[in-house]
Amino acid sequence: MTASTAFDWIPLTGAKPQGKRPYFFDDPAVERVLAITMALAQELAVTRERLDTVERLIERAGEHGGKFSRADIDAYAPSPSEACERAEWQRMYLARVLRIVQQEIEALNKPEANVDIAATADELGKN
Amino acid sequence: MSQWPSPPPYNLVGKHGVSPSFKHDDIARFNFLAQLNTHLAATVVPANARAYELRVKPQFESEHGREPQDRHEVRRAMLRDPLFQTWSALRRSSMELRQQNGREVILRQLVALNEKAAVLNRDAPQLKLDPSVEVPAYIRKVDFHCMPGGYTTELMADDISPAANYDIGIFATTAGGLGCFNDGGGLAIAEWLKSRYPDFKPERILDLGCGPGHSITALAKALPDTEIVTIDVAVPMLRFAHARAKSMGVNNITFMQANAEHIPLPDASFDIVMTTIFLHETSNIAIRKIMAETYRLLKLGGVSFHLEQPQYAGLPPFEQFMRDWDALYNNEPFWTRMHELDMNDLMVDAGFDRAKIFQDKAYGVLDEKIFGKPKETGVEDFGRKAAWHLFGVTK
Repeated sequence: MTASTAFDWIPLTGAKPQGKRPYFFDDPAVERVLAITMALAQELAVTRERLDTVERLIERAGEHGGKFSRADIDAYAPSPSEACERAEWQRMYLARVLRIVQQEIEALNKPEANVDIAATADELGKN
Repeated sequence: MSQWPSPPPYNLVGKHGVSPSFKHDDIARFNFLAQLNTHLAATVVPANARAYELRVKPQFESEHGREPQDRHEVRRAMLRDPLFQTWSALRRSSMELRQQNGREVILRQLVALNEKAAVLNRDAPQLKLDPSVEVPAYIRKVDFHCMPGGYTTELMADDISPAANYDIGIFATTAGGLGCFNDGGGLAIAEWLKSRYPDFKPERILDLGCGPGHSITALAKALPDTEIVTIDVAVPMLRFAHARAKSMGVNNITFMQANAEHIPLPDASFDIVMTTIFLHETSNIAIRKIMAETYRLLKLGGVSFHLEQPQYAGLPPFEQFMRDWDALYNNEPFWTRMHELDMNDLMVDAGFDRAKIFQDKAYGVLDEKIFGKPKETGVEDFGRKAAWHLFGVTK
């Protein structure tokens, strides 16, 4: 805690709201790991967005022969086309992180394409 | 067609006099959450219906020899389904991330932010706080939307943190669905009033449960000659809402601390008495008292209306169950019971004439240059979409 901080605000950011927290998975440990994984997934997305910002500022700084500062990173605002590129990256990122969820939904939607491979092996062995 | 992606980047969220300052990564966190919520709504939410039809309902039928009769039976069965478990765990996680991200931004600069609001609020005749107002249990005991401390907790003098946190996070929860100033609901009411009552020039409007003031400030801006009074029990909300409105140049609203169950204002003194997305955060007894106050305060010839999600009656049990998600898993406990009530009966019990009751729809009004046309971004999200049911009555 720094001298200028009136109170320790960091633990307050993650404080538990009133009411018992719902756990959805049969084993609460799975829920715990998922919550931690999603926090990390968020932080990696943030780091990648920051890297993207820095790369774009390097390009701009190069054009003007100048430098840029951390304040420039905080002040960065994407143009519509830059925002579209960044949103596209995010879409791919989420598709990657949540791939297993996509595959479980596809299994649900197309049961005919979700046959046990051992059953297919048996079938191919016979025919 | 908008040049911006959907959801648009968080940089486009509107700034006002009590906005915090954002660092790069604060913005990136909200961008991630808006994308995550969009992804879940578009790809995972629809699969719940498929899981229900293909495996949960048949399993229930084989066990019970009949279909699930109500949303509670659907819920008990769906809670065992891996897809629903996965989606719910992800959505709950997203809400908790949203709270932590918002509170990080607000709490680390809280002293300066509260001071900004205090300057705007000092000796302001349009901010009427009343320390004798008690916070009712239905507000005190519930940390709505999983927001630690709820609407009323003050961490220090002149605190606006619950409202300031609420304000900056809506964009992530709704993926921009309420517009840059989170005022799509208020603009929807302004449009609805203009189209339904083109010649109606209300002199005085009473709004109940203003929260951070997003809706009422937009309506006040659209009706600059109307005198508006809005009430709330939560002091941080009132401080924030007043300061925000004032900084946006909206001066025709008085923000008053009062309990909507007994409002210290004279009978028949308003042309409109309204609520926006408020009644579901009260209680079964309170909602009846609030309706009675609505009737008492409305002038003869006036109109009263309430903007909410549709009532459950007539909806299939599965849809009712999906609409209950926020009630049970995002701390909106009265939501589930409130949507069972017959709003018409409530209004009649309060004194209104059944023949003068009406229902209507209102749709979020958004800046098309940023958000595109509503249908381009529309995904059914069972209660979070910017489309509402309007329960109205004239006196």
